Amino acid sequence: MTEDANARIDEIVKGNEIVLFMKGSPLFPQCGFSSRAVAILQHLGAEFESVDVLQDQAIRQGIKAYSDWPTIPQLYVHGEFVGGSDIMMEMYESGELAELLQKDGAQAN
Amino acid sequence: MAMDAAEIETLIRTGIPGATVEITDLAGDGDHYAARVVSESFRGLPRVRQHQAVYAALGGRMGGALHALQLTTAVPE
Repeated sequence: MTEDANARIDEIVKGNEIVLFMKGSPLFPQCGFSSRAVAILQHLGAEFESVDVLQDQAIRQGIKAYSDWPTIPQLYVHGEFVGGSDIMMEMYESGELAELLQKDGAQAN
Repeated sequence: MAMDAAEIETLIRTGIPGATVEITDLAGDGDHYAARVVSESFRGLPRVRQHQAVYAALGGRMGGALHALQLTTAVPE
């Protein structure tokens, strides 16, 4: 990973309460896993920032090294890596995700 | 770039000795799988670490040869 990409990712992760690195945009997700991650966040009424990794190869590769996580989407809340779409789904089903996001000022439906 | 279910299962079992591994071929196309991995070694670990252990067992294939693996991890009841 280049230092530049790492620094940019770090700035995005630390500069946003809730940020999802995904393929495509929330309106037009380009992958089923990203689509599922967006659907979960929207269902919980979370306001989140998204980063389309398909628009930036350095971030697409860099984000995998950043959290030692091989796949996209990746969710970060308050600067902490939460997980990918499977972990988001498990945490959604158990209520943990709603709790985590509520702590960060988002409104649950 | 597809992998077969037996290969995935073998890699996970080798990387996480004693794990119970169930693989489901979701689409029947040899490219979209679900895996459930149950291991005592996961006890006390956050989910992210549990999933990372499975990805480590897959040795870099995740996100490459293996695009779509829905992963669930658990400790034995």
